[in-house]
Amino acid sequence: MGCHLCEVYCQQQHSKSKDLIKAFKTETPRPLPRVRMEAKGSVSFSVRCQHCADAPCTQACLTGALSKDPVTGVVLVDTEKCVGCWTCILVCPFGAIRRDEEQGKAVKCDLCRGRPTPACVDNCPNEALIFAEAES
Amino acid sequence: MATKKIEKVKYLIIGNSAGGIGAVEAIREKDKTGTIAIISDEPYPAYSRPLISPYLAHERTLESMLYRPADFYEKNSVQAFLGVKVERLDLENHAIDLADKGRIEWQKLLLATGGVPIFPKTEGSDLKGVFTFTTLDDAKVIDKFLGKPLRQAQGKPSKKKVKAVVIGGGLIGVSVTEALVKRGVAVTIVELRERVLNVILDEVASALADEALKKVGVKIVTGHTVSKITGDSAGNVAGAIFDDGKELPCDMVIVAIGVQPRLELVKDTGIKVNRGIVVDRHMTTSNPDVYACGDVAEAYDFVLGINRLTPIWPNAYVGGRVAGLNMAGVPTDYPGGTAMNSSHYFGVSVVSAGVVTPTGDGYEELSARSDHSYKKVLVKDGLVVGMVFSGDIEKAGIIYNLIKDKVKVEAFKQTLVASDFGLLSLPEERWRPKLELPAKAAPSAASGKSGSPTGH
Repeated sequence: MGCHLCEVYCQQQHSKSKDLIKAFKTETPRPLPRVRMEAKGSVSFSVRCQHCADAPCTQACLTGALSKDPVTGVVLVDTEKCVGCWTCILVCPFGAIRRDEEQGKAVKCDLCRGRPTPACVDNCPNEALIFAEAES
Repeated sequence: MATKKIEKVKYLIIGNSAGGIGAVEAIREKDKTGTIAIISDEPYPAYSRPLISPYLAHERTLESMLYRPADFYEKNSVQAFLGVKVERLDLENHAIDLADKGRIEWQKLLLATGGVPIFPKTEGSDLKGVFTFTTLDDAKVIDKFLGKPLRQAQGKPSKKKVKAVVIGGGLIGVSVTEALVKRGVAVTIVELRERVLNVILDEVASALADEALKKVGVKIVTGHTVSKITGDSAGNVAGAIFDDGKELPCDMVIVAIGVQPRLELVKDTGIKVNRGIVVDRHMTTSNPDVYACGDVAEAYDFVLGINRLTPIWPNAYVGGRVAGLNMAGVPTDYPGGTAMNSSHYFGVSVVSAGVVTPTGDGYEELSARSDHSYKKVLVKDGLVVGMVFSGDIEKAGIIYNLIKDKVKVEAFKQTLVASDFGLLSLPEERWRPKLELPAKAAPSAASGKSGSPTGH
C-alpha cells in the first residue's frame, strides 16, 4: 500500500521512549528508521538489511564494527567501533545502511533484538512483510 | 647457540591485518582443527589501520581500534607470532626462517605482507622530524614528537604552532593532515599533481575536499613537490625546499606519496612478481602452495578486467578470505575488487569506485548536483564503470553493485543519479528474487529474512 508504517514503527522501536508520539515529537535527534519504503506506480515495498549470507558490509568494514552473529546470522553494528567511514554503504546492494550523522555511526536493521518478531512485520496492516527463517 | 626451534603448522599466514584475518576466518569456517599460525613484525593484535589517524588525534586508543575482539586468536586456535620478523622463505622445504632463529614448517602459505611507504632518499630525508604514516608505530612516533615542546630559541620555550609539510595529497596525506590539524599543527600539503585526492576522486569531488581542508586552515600547494629538506645544526627539520626553489620553514615533514608492495620475502624465490605478487582467481601465486592477497598482491580488478594493485582494506579482506577458502581445500574464485573508497574528512563524505576520471573515448557521464549532494556515474558500453557520490550517498551501494555485477543500464541509466533513485529504478529481476520470500522458507519466529514486495 505504500503506507510507510514499517518506517514509523521501526522508529518507535528504536526510540528511547518506545512511545510513538514522544519518539516523533520530543526526541532529538529523532530516531532513524532502519527500513526504507520504495514506491513506483502500483508497486511498493519496504527494504531493510537482508542479513546476507556472505554479507559484503562485514567484509568491507574497516574497523570490525559490523559482524555477523555466527549463531543467529544477524548482522549487527558495534557502535563503539563504528567510525562512520561509510564503506559499508558503498558495498551494500540494498542501500540498507543509513547514517546517523550526529553520532557518526552506521544504523541498520537489527531485526528488533528482544522482540519475537520485528516491529515492521507486526505492524504491517496488509501483512506484506513476512518474518521467516532463511534456508542455510 | 641454542638449537633451532621448529614449529609445524598446516597453514601459515604472514601478515596480521585485513587479509590475514580474512584468511583465518575463512579457514576456520571449513577446517576447525588444522593448525594455523599468523606472523607479523608488528607487535600488536590486528588493528584497524585506517584508525591510526584518530589514534594520532587522541580520539582512539589501541584497545578501541582492535579489528577483532581480544580473544580472537585464542578462540580460533591461532598461534600468533607478533613482533616477529621473517628472515627468509624456504620454499623448497615448505618452511620459513625467523629473524630470532626459529623456523616454521607449513603446508600452505599466505603472503599478506602488505605495503611499505614509498620513501625516496633525498637530501634531508634522514633528519629528525621526517615521518611516514602507515602503521600504528608511525602514529606513535609522530605522537611522541608532538608531545615534546618545540625546540627552544635562545633558551625560551617556543609558543609557536608546530608547522608540518605533508608531501602527497592522497588518502594517506589527507588522513595524517586531519589528525595533525586536530592536534593544533599548521599543515601545508604539497601535491605534485593538480589537485588533492586526484587518484580516487574526480575534479568536482576533489574541489569539495580541497574546500573542506582549506576551511580548517590547511594550506595546499599543487603542481609542486619537495625536492630537499633542510635541517638545523642539531639535525632537526628546519624547512622544505620545493622543486621551484621556494623554501617553507617547518618543524616536521610527512612523506605520504604512496605505498608499494612489500616484496622482500619473495625476492629470488621464483614466485612471479610484476608490480606486486601475481595471483590467479584463487589467489594462488605461481607456486601452487603459496597464496597472496592484499596490498602485496596484484589481483583481478572487475572494472578493468586485468590484474592490478588495488591497495585498499576491503579488497584485502575479501582476497584473504578467498585465499583461506582455497587453502582449506574449497575451490573459490575471487570475485575481483576495484579501486573503491569512502572517505569522510572534515565532515565531507565522498564515496567513489572504479573509473572516476575517464582517460579515453566512449565514456558517458551522468551527473547531478545540488547544494548538498553530488552524484556522478560513468557508463561505457552500456555498463557502469565508475562512480563518485558526495552528500547523499546512502544508495551508492546499489550503483556499486551494478558495476560489480556488470548490469546493462542503458534502459534506466538516467535514473542512476536521480534523487529518488532506488531498487525500484532497476528492472524487476534485479530486486524481486532478492526481496521475495523464498518458496521453501516457512514463516517462523526465529531470525531470518523479512521483506516481501507487494502490489497494493
